[in-house]
Amino acid sequence: MRKSFLPLLLLAAFIIFPFAVKHPYYQHLMILVLMWVAIGSGWNLISGFTGQVLFGAACFFGIGAYTAALLAHKLEISAWWGLPLGAIASVLLAFPFGWICFRLRGPYFALATLALNEILRNVATVWESLTEGMVGILVMQTFVSKVPYYFVALIIAVGSLALVHFVMRSRWGYYFVSIREDQDAAESMGINTLFFKMLSLCLSSVLIGLAGALYTVYMGFIDPKVVFSLHDISIMAILVGIVGGVSTVYGPAVGALIMVALQEVFRTAGFGLLPYLGKTTGWPFLSTVTKYVSEAHVLSFGILVILVILYLPNGVVGDWNTLKNKLIFWRRNAV
Amino acid sequence: MEVFLQTLVAGTLKGGLYALIGLGMTLIMGVMGIINLAHGQIMMVAMYLTYVLFHYLGLDPYVTLVITMPSLFLIGILVQKFLLNPLIRVESILPENQVLMTVGIGMVLTEVIRFIFTSNYLSVKTSYSSAAVFIGGISFSVALTIAFVFACVLTLLLFWFLLKTDLGRSIRAVSQDAEAAQLMGVNSERIKVITMGIGSALVAAAGTLLLPIYYLFPDIGGPFTRRAFVITILGGLGSTVGAIFGGLTLGLAEAFSSTYVGMEFEEMIGLIIFLLVLLFLPGGIKSLTKV
Repeated sequence: MRKSFLPLLLLAAFIIFPFAVKHPYYQHLMILVLMWVAIGSGWNLISGFTGQVLFGAACFFGIGAYTAALLAHKLEISAWWGLPLGAIASVLLAFPFGWICFRLRGPYFALATLALNEILRNVATVWESLTEGMVGILVMQTFVSKVPYYFVALIIAVGSLALVHFVMRSRWGYYFVSIREDQDAAESMGINTLFFKMLSLCLSSVLIGLAGALYTVYMGFIDPKVVFSLHDISIMAILVGIVGGVSTVYGPAVGALIMVALQEVFRTAGFGLLPYLGKTTGWPFLSTVTKYVSEAHVLSFGILVILVILYLPNGVVGDWNTLKNKLIFWRRNAV
Repeated sequence: MEVFLQTLVAGTLKGGLYALIGLGMTLIMGVMGIINLAHGQIMMVAMYLTYVLFHYLGLDPYVTLVITMPSLFLIGILVQKFLLNPLIRVESILPENQVLMTVGIGMVLTEVIRFIFTSNYLSVKTSYSSAAVFIGGISFSVALTIAFVFACVLTLLLFWFLLKTDLGRSIRAVSQDAEAAQLMGVNSERIKVITMGIGSALVAAAGTLLLPIYYLFPDIGGPFTRRAFVITILGGLGSTVGAIFGGLTLGLAEAFSSTYVGMEFEEMIGLIIFLLVLLFLPGGIKSLTKV
């Protein structure tokens, strides 16, 4: 009983959040966290549960984002239509791609997704008559306040968590896990592995595509470098999944919170603490540190990838019990 | 006709270097069963090492091969020993954690280099950087030709090493069947470490050889990792002979597409080849030779 109340309590807290915290900066961060929950859940569905690691989450993200942007830019329809249409567009991408590339296994599939990511970024950069190339597309924002965006993001995030939760409870979920554990055994048990891998990929592309469209609608500006970014989208998606917990339903939510916070700490050099200290004390040392910290965010991602894989391979949620034991052990030693 | 022949020559020369890059990747692939996504980044480190040796000590880029190859061999060994081998004992649900680890290593290498040298473009200007020899109206870039010869020599050395020495035999044994090799008394963990070192040294040589005709910046690793990956898929996974053909094919394809289609497609052609190979020849060139 206690366990089933926790998600509801958290949901209530998330609904109250924008009314309790009026500061737009923190609302902005929470919108990003919620967007990453959707992306992380999508990534986790295909990579964590089905075991087909997606290295190029940015291809679906970018397709969703560009669908929304092009609707507004070329057809002059509200970019909000991009939410459903972006999801459909990324499924339309996922379908032929999966059909071709699911003949590859393990790392080769992962690399094929990486290649797709690069191809799409090149196409978006070169095809200037459609995508405006490196100039990017500007979409007017509908609301000044961040609260409406927050609730749309919340609905998407909760929807994706619920989707993963129910899919993994269903028969499909067991098929997905059996494909991850041993594809040949699954095939010999009569599971159509290609079909279920495709299904998993399509579901996750819907979630990631939705997040991409949300990004366009909310941020109002996209260019190929941002939405097809290898580091800031694809690797970030993997990190959100791994740090939170591979093949756990709520892992990506925890991961999104940690990763967005970490990204922000580096981008703003400790939430502006370091520049502030540098200005007040006037030490040149601190401003150099600030400069380095704000440049180090990709480096920190790389180091984090290495550390997490070595010491926390199943994430905060997946390794929670070992983590808890270790912490208690450490505390006992300290006493 | 002249344009065609010129493109053919340029593509072949470049392809020889690509073969060297692909060979390192395919060796690692065969023995470890993983794709090393830090391959191009290791090459980038070698290029910066060459740049430093050239700029501060005035060494000729080709002389620095003696230093870059052993240093990168060492880096490869350390990476394998302390970062990749321990992963075998880590229990993880995610199957591709080793590949992911190489991505992390690549990111760290790129960013550390960026810290030291910033993102500015650098280049190594030698007397032969832009020199060319004309044979029958077709120009042979001196630097590329020397690089091609070096690449051929290194490839032959590698084949001699793999075919004739005990260590080379052990490497081939592990890549055919790691468990059986272990039962025959081959220390497969040590072989993995050495293979990673050799792969890194090969790609380091390719980087050093490319430097006189290329410019240098920290993000140069990514495109080369992608090329190495395409070559490995094209040649057939784990096949050394396939990697040579794969490298030549990619070099030619890039040269022809940039001459006849447009410069901006040079990077894309490799990825298009990659998808075509997956569609029509999933086993790569290897599957054509062995039935």
